[in-house]
Amino acid sequence: MAPTFNGVDFYNTDGLLSEEERAIRDTVRSWVDDHVIPIIGEHYLQGTFPKQLIPAMAELGLFGANLPEAYGCAGLNNVAYGLIMQELERGDSGVRSFASVQGALVMYPIHEFGSEEQKQHWLPRMASGRVIGCFALTEPDYGSNPGGLITVAKETKDGWVLNGAKMWITNGSTAHVAVVWAKTGALDDPGSIRGFLVPTDTPGFSAKNQAGKLSLRASDTSEIVLQDVRLPRDALLPKSAGLKAPLACLTAARYGIAWGAVGAAMACYVEAVGYAKTRVMFGKPIGGFQLQQARLAEMLTEITKGQLLCLQLGRLKDQGKMTPQQVSLAKRNNVAMATDVARETRRLLGANGILAEYQAMRHLANLESVYTYEGTHDVHTLILGQEITGMNAFN
Amino acid sequence: MSAVLAVLEQRDGTLRKVSHEVVTAARRLADALAGTVDALVLGAGPVAGSEQLGRLGADRVVVLKHPAFQRYAPEAFARAVVALAKTGGHAAVLLPASATGRDLAPRVAVQLGVPLVSDVTDLEFEGGAVVATRPVYAGKALLKIKITAKPAVLSLRPSVFTPVERPRAGTVESPSLANAEVGRVVVREVKAAAAGTLDVGEAPIVVAGGRGLREPANFKLLEELAQAFGGKASVGASRAVVDAGWRHHADQVGQTGKTVSPMLYVAVGISGAIQHLAGMRTSKVIVAINRDKDAPIFKVADYGIVGDLFEIVPRLTEEIRKLHG
Amino acid sequence: MRIAVCIKRLPDSETRVKIAPDGKSLDETGVKFVLNPYDEFAVEEALRRREQAGAGEVVVFSLGPAAAQETIRSALAMGADRGVLLQVDRMPADGLVVARALAAELKDGAFDLILFGKLAIDDYNHQVGPMVAELLGLPCVTSVSRLEIADGKGVAEREIEGGIEVCEFPLPAVLTVDKGLNEPRYPALKGIMAAKKKPMEIKPTPLGVGDVEIVALTLPPERKEGKIVGEGPAAVLELVRLLREEAKIL
Repeated sequence: MAPTFNGVDFYNTDGLLSEEERAIRDTVRSWVDDHVIPIIGEHYLQGTFPKQLIPAMAELGLFGANLPEAYGCAGLNNVAYGLIMQELERGDSGVRSFASVQGALVMYPIHEFGSEEQKQHWLPRMASGRVIGCFALTEPDYGSNPGGLITVAKETKDGWVLNGAKMWITNGSTAHVAVVWAKTGALDDPGSIRGFLVPTDTPGFSAKNQAGKLSLRASDTSEIVLQDVRLPRDALLPKSAGLKAPLACLTAARYGIAWGAVGAAMACYVEAVGYAKTRVMFGKPIGGFQLQQARLAEMLTEITKGQLLCLQLGRLKDQGKMTPQQVSLAKRNNVAMATDVARETRRLLGANGILAEYQAMRHLANLESVYTYEGTHDVHTLILGQEITGMNAFN
Repeated sequence: MSAVLAVLEQRDGTLRKVSHEVVTAARRLADALAGTVDALVLGAGPVAGSEQLGRLGADRVVVLKHPAFQRYAPEAFARAVVALAKTGGHAAVLLPASATGRDLAPRVAVQLGVPLVSDVTDLEFEGGAVVATRPVYAGKALLKIKITAKPAVLSLRPSVFTPVERPRAGTVESPSLANAEVGRVVVREVKAAAAGTLDVGEAPIVVAGGRGLREPANFKLLEELAQAFGGKASVGASRAVVDAGWRHHADQVGQTGKTVSPMLYVAVGISGAIQHLAGMRTSKVIVAINRDKDAPIFKVADYGIVGDLFEIVPRLTEEIRKLHG
Repeated sequence: MRIAVCIKRLPDSETRVKIAPDGKSLDETGVKFVLNPYDEFAVEEALRRREQAGAGEVVVFSLGPAAAQETIRSALAMGADRGVLLQVDRMPADGLVVARALAAELKDGAFDLILFGKLAIDDYNHQVGPMVAELLGLPCVTSVSRLEIADGKGVAEREIEGGIEVCEFPLPAVLTVDKGLNEPRYPALKGIMAAKKKPMEIKPTPLGVGDVEIVALTLPPERKEGKIVGEGPAAVLELVRLLREEAKIL
């Protein structure tokens, strides 16, 4: 049961963790080694999410792990939450995406913007994995510019009626409930954006798998259509007001992704090192040649930096001091560096690197999605630019 | 004069092979002490093989009989061994580190009030004391340990002390014990493994398979090879195939399985993870067959063949069959 | 049901062994310490038996250095109720010394079951469990891979060469457990946090000297470099020749 993966810890960041944080990380690490790694390559090839893992993930307490125990969650601090995401993504970005959506994009807004009744009803069910959720913000024509969304929610005598279409929704076809963001006022008024809890069996709600993905294949990615979806009054998340509500969810998810990317990078780096030490060419292991050593040195450096970034970010979050811009810096850096590490690992592995038997190319392909979602790399660049200069370069 | 007590093992009225190893080791120690070897075996009746122990160096063989000894009975066995050790004033008591021996030896040691040094692979008499060597950290290190207590109680790793002829009197006595109670732990039955299977921990030749065999049905190839060795070989398995449910845990070689020391270990389709090596690295000769020439197993193998095991193993079986006529 | 589980903190199975300068012990720099894998089966079994009985207590004992508190806490995280650390400066080489210290601690605990892993993967001694049983005068079955308990009695299966022994025994009893008895649970993350709040007693434990002395700890002789005889079935003839004429084992 002790994990097979030994981690990457050049600067003894383990020494900066508490005993509990290490134990939590080691438990998830072990579980990923035992249950994700052996099956995920096959699921990736088949294009399926390993649903059978959901009950075990719930039992461990991986869903909404940083939400309070009062709602059936693990009540962990944010560093522990980050370590969980790191280990999950070391397995596969699709598995981590599932947990990110469930915890940070559905349970989080219910906890943050929901009524006590909504919290009591949904959170324990989602913590136990009995109810799966999805987060519906992105639309076919509105990705990087979520404020422009055109899904509408018209108030009726008994409640609401929603119309619109969403795209690139993780868990869309698996979910029992969708957090749908829609405008209750004029289309040019992002301030009228509100969140709605939509049970996916409500008439008018349909989800369709988006086939043909070459990335994030072990994940359910779906388009959603809302056609005259009638909801009761209490479907509204009462405290959600304007764009800042979904953005707060994104910040929560991005925080986990910054950690997750480090996990993917670690998986690739360890694979690269193992291969470099044993693969013999020209009479010695390729790890003895300068170009490969340069690759490995670069990877280790970037991973170490990424680890320290995450850790301080987590401590800031736990102190209540974290800003969205700090998250942007970490997500932007870590995902970009992980993509590089994955690519360089793929190259170091030579021809073997294109096989699903090795992890690098799967991580590389996945990370392209992670680079783009939750705020593209470029969007985070501009977020930082605006923070630094005070000037908006978005449009 | 010093005496060494060799505690042997029988099953269904016949001495188990590991008993020869214990007598051999006892003889070696007794020679260093200029002493004698008493061999003790407990059973319900006569024990076949007792007469031959003189050849291996036993001066005296005691076949202690009682119906309670029909099957292993921990409390009764311990008491009987301790009684003989106490009256005999033995300098050392040796037991096999077999499944039964591992259960029995600690009890004997506690009743004698002395430590137990278990799973010993070498022993000497140095500076007036028994000094034993035993593998630790999964065989990654060797511990040399001196026993200052008397008697020195040791259990010996099977398949290490190769029997050697050192003829002594080997007089057999067969007393019946007057009183023996089985005790609180009762062996109700022994479920035998499939007929003709030789335990992986005791076979002189082990042919072991790993994930390279691709499917459980392909283990047939290894069973055929094992058979070609004429009843001396057992089929072992790596942890991966045991965890996958292809083979029994009893056949697992490795850190969480059995540690084996056969004369010949043939590793087929096994990459050679550290935990597997821990279980077989003390084999006298290791042969590896694997399609990956960089597999770690080749680093510990004395001889290796790189290639497709599905072609190589049948060919090897053919050649071995020819050898054994 | 009152169950005691004795656990050991030891180096991870993947540890690269380096001998300390004293030539008698392991150099612990950079070594990762874990709960003995066989003890995980023991902890899991204790938890299941307590759950089955509906009520009771699982108490974890360990003889070890201060750092063993973390190991005990991992058992508490799995669900054990409280822990006791018999704190020592150095792990004794003599298993009987360990057994005596544990037995003294367990004596008055009125436990229905006392569980151990069948062996520790660092020393492979296979002895402390049955020694404790002997010192406490309790029945003991070792290497249990299957277990049934009902009405104060138990039936256990243990692997022997070429078969399985089925043993009956009365409670209270000491059992040492083998892989395959159960599938140890992962501690729920909530459980890891809760472990901190569970009671843990730390008792400095003076030990007897013991009657063994470590002479040396050494690395095993390197196996001589072997050779790849050839490729494919064509190499078989040469292999057989070498096994007969060079290794002389056929």
